[in-house]
Amino acid sequence: MPTEIYQKIAETNTWGAIAPELALAILALSLLVLEIVLPKVAHGVIPRVAILGQLGILAYVFTTTCAGTCVTGEAFGGMLSFDNTGQLFRMFFLVTSVFVSYLGMVSLENKTLPQVEYFHILLVITAALMLLAQASHFVMLFVALETATVGFYILVSYFRNQVVSLEAGLKYLIMGALSSTILLFGIVLLYGAGSNPALAGSSLDPLNFGNLGVFLSANSSDSLALIGMLLVISGVAFKIGAFPFQIWIPDVYQGAPTPTTALLAVASKGAGFAMLMRLADLFSPLGEWMYPLLSTLAVLTILFGNLAALTQRNLKRLLGLSGVSHAGFLLIGVVAARSVEWASTAVMFYLFAYLLASAAVFAVMVHLGKDDDSDLTLDDLGDLAHKNGFLGMALAVGIGSLAGIPPLAGFIGKLLIFVAAFEAELYGLLAVAVIGVVVSIYYYFGILKSAFFEVWRFQDDDEETPEEPVPGASLRFFGKVAIVLAVAGTIVLGFYQNPLSSLLGG
Amino acid sequence: MNDFASLVQFSIVVPLAAAFLTLFVRNWGRPAVQIVSVTGFALPLLFALFLWGLYDPSTPGGYAFVSQVDTGLSIIGVSLHLGLNGVSLPLFVMASVVGMAAGLYAAQSKAEGLHKYLFCLLIMQAGLMGVFASIDLFFFYFFHELALIPTFVMVGIWGGRDRNYAAMKMTIYLTLGAMLSLVGLIAIYVKSGAESFDLIALKAHLSAAPLAESVQHYAFGLLLFGFGILVSLWPLHTWAPLGYGAAPSSAAMLHSGVLKKFGLYGLVQVAVPLLPEGVGQWENWIIWLALGNILIVGLIAMAQRDLKQLIGYSSVMHMGYAFIGIAAMSVLGVGGAVLMMVAHGLTVALLFMLSTMIHHRTQTFELDEMGGLARKAPVLAAFFVCAMMASIGLPGPGLANFWAEISMFMASLELRSWLVYAIVAGIVISAIYGLRAIARVFFGEETDEFKEAQKEVAVVDMNWAERVPALILIVVLFFIGFFPKTVTKPLNDALNSEPVYAQAEDTK
Repeated sequence: MPTEIYQKIAETNTWGAIAPELALAILALSLLVLEIVLPKVAHGVIPRVAILGQLGILAYVFTTTCAGTCVTGEAFGGMLSFDNTGQLFRMFFLVTSVFVSYLGMVSLENKTLPQVEYFHILLVITAALMLLAQASHFVMLFVALETATVGFYILVSYFRNQVVSLEAGLKYLIMGALSSTILLFGIVLLYGAGSNPALAGSSLDPLNFGNLGVFLSANSSDSLALIGMLLVISGVAFKIGAFPFQIWIPDVYQGAPTPTTALLAVASKGAGFAMLMRLADLFSPLGEWMYPLLSTLAVLTILFGNLAALTQRNLKRLLGLSGVSHAGFLLIGVVAARSVEWASTAVMFYLFAYLLASAAVFAVMVHLGKDDDSDLTLDDLGDLAHKNGFLGMALAVGIGSLAGIPPLAGFIGKLLIFVAAFEAELYGLLAVAVIGVVVSIYYYFGILKSAFFEVWRFQDDDEETPEEPVPGASLRFFGKVAIVLAVAGTIVLGFYQNPLSSLLGG
Repeated sequence: MNDFASLVQFSIVVPLAAAFLTLFVRNWGRPAVQIVSVTGFALPLLFALFLWGLYDPSTPGGYAFVSQVDTGLSIIGVSLHLGLNGVSLPLFVMASVVGMAAGLYAAQSKAEGLHKYLFCLLIMQAGLMGVFASIDLFFFYFFHELALIPTFVMVGIWGGRDRNYAAMKMTIYLTLGAMLSLVGLIAIYVKSGAESFDLIALKAHLSAAPLAESVQHYAFGLLLFGFGILVSLWPLHTWAPLGYGAAPSSAAMLHSGVLKKFGLYGLVQVAVPLLPEGVGQWENWIIWLALGNILIVGLIAMAQRDLKQLIGYSSVMHMGYAFIGIAAMSVLGVGGAVLMMVAHGLTVALLFMLSTMIHHRTQTFELDEMGGLARKAPVLAAFFVCAMMASIGLPGPGLANFWAEISMFMASLELRSWLVYAIVAGIVISAIYGLRAIARVFFGEETDEFKEAQKEVAVVDMNWAERVPALILIVVLFFIGFFPKTVTKPLNDALNSEPVYAQAEDTK
């Protein structure tokens, strides 16, 4: 019996369909080879090779999307299924990892730490996340997720000579292991329920999304399946940082190296929503239970994220908590997708806007020129606009977009989510979202205030002032291009959404 | 008539382009920045005046100079749909006039980082021109926010006393107002089922199938309070005097003069035609809150000792009249409210500008420390007296405000006959504080503080750089005062073509 399954799987092994992921893996390996082959003085070229390679893969994915020739349907015996959304997530993760590679290049410069491994692991994580977004089988989903998560453990504690980084790594390890366990337990329960021959719609391979969907629509009140669903959603909630699984976020964001924080903030959140959108579809027969659950999560997440961020002065913790509230807004979109078809488009738009804005903000952070990013506070931004106007402008656009201020992309994202929520008649969620936006203005404004408005500071004449880091000293041509791209993308998408909405197929 | 549609687009694009150009030419020195930015304000003014002359009130469909561009939000029925009708045209012209005056005044000011200051001001001007030219509700909102953001920046960086607190308070209040009105607009979009944010499409759709009464009730409520916060409806007005007190003069001119009218314009152009029953349901709320604006805020204005605060409160107070005009639901009342918006925009901008000029001479805004300025600066005194008379609404000098107030008097008689007493009391209040301010600043003996200030800076009368922007405002004010028909004719035709007012007449 099992051999038949393997035969069936082997027949559908269309390796060409996962060419981008394979290419990333090969690129990752060749980086390690390059480190051995190249003389030490030439090691600086390796991150550039990584970035160029990723850009090439991105171009390939982009062309296969636009030409409409990308593979659709299932492959590998139902392990993966390809569609337009999956293709978009591929691009999302690739763009993210290009930005993170750049951030890594800047912040690993002049550090006595292994360099190449960072990019190697980053590429592996990206490939895993790309597979995760297209998984249509729980085994595939779990393996891809764990591959990414193990990589994250390493990247979070990458600054092994800093206590905060190690502590963050440990925290992330414990919390991540816990959430993986919860997720796995949920999957096992679903397997147990779905393979029970006594129930209608049971199958030999209930972890396949298609088979499980058939089973769930036949048994929409099976208690085992319900608990399984609850646990799986909890595991995903950890990834996106939804309440009450957000407790790891401030500490880990603060301790992790800034590029890793950016990766966690954008890629990990994106992966969570990629999973959640597929799973929400799959669990829609259990919608009676799942949607109230997701709505409650959304409300608590928005309220917690915004209220906790109010008094925060540490920049990375603040961004972490603001990210929590963004997860809440995105959850509204997922809930709205139940009855409004285009709501998933709104979620995608929001994610891309969030990606561009975060890229700008994190790029500013690595260029502030402080040795240790983890205790970066709002005061360190003081007079950024005077010291380096270019970074000041990038920060203003990034933060403005995160705050959802028109005419920036973040506003369009929020608007689409709001309209979708209204069409889905989610008035309560909408009210909470409005309160969340107004509250969030306070802390986003605080960031801009410290960067732009003159703030009186205590100065002791007797004490010698320590040498102030110069913002933007590490900024080179390549960095300027990256920041300009993020900023220009944010502004253009605020005025003119056609480039993205034609991709989204809306 | 759509031949000149590109002029409407240009009056939005030109200030935007000029804004970015000022950043590039800053290395060429101050005159280059000044020339670029003044051009950025002057061209929209010329375009607006040209379109005003060209406008034909009998345009079919009400909108002239229409253009439509798809920006990629067709998924929710949004497109950049621009055009002008009889209601928006006067405000469009007013925005360009006030923008010109504010721009000229800013260009000759001694602000630190002049190019950045003018950059913010030009972005704001682009937003303002866009607000009144938008037929699409989304872009209507979008342009408002585009104009609003630079206000916060300008208050925060170039503001006076308490600027950080004022900027923060303004930001939070105005964001709340904007969010509420956004939800209200979304409610109209979703509930109408027209699949479009386009005002023309929505009007056509809703006149065939009006919204349910309950929907109209809450949607109008959202818009009333959302727009209400933006227009400083009592008791949500507290951001306004504080913010204007702290704002640099050109920002205060553009915000109080033009941007604040966004909320009223939204009520007139969107809420009343689309949600006519909502007006009736909320009628008592509007009347009582507007009375709060007129009487309570009026009394507060009387108690002010600070000239800029006084003007800020008086501008809040005058919004009450406009709300009552709208609540009357008649062509007379709503038309009066629109005329009031135009006249008040010009007047309050002039007052804010003159008060800054007074400050340059006396080094203070405290009324108690001023006196006798008329002897040293007679032209400034003449301008200020004229502007204050206009603000009070005195008929004498042939100013636009009088026509607005008289039509709203008559409208309020139809609404509730006793309202007219409250409004007259309001006029008396504004006469008291207005005339007292004139007396304190310009007449009487010179105070010791003023004599001290004169030792530091010699007091001279207005120079031409100051006179030109003031003259622009006052000439338009007189022009509309003597020839109100140039504004009221298109306005009247546009309002008469709205079926809701005729229906409201019938039910009364």
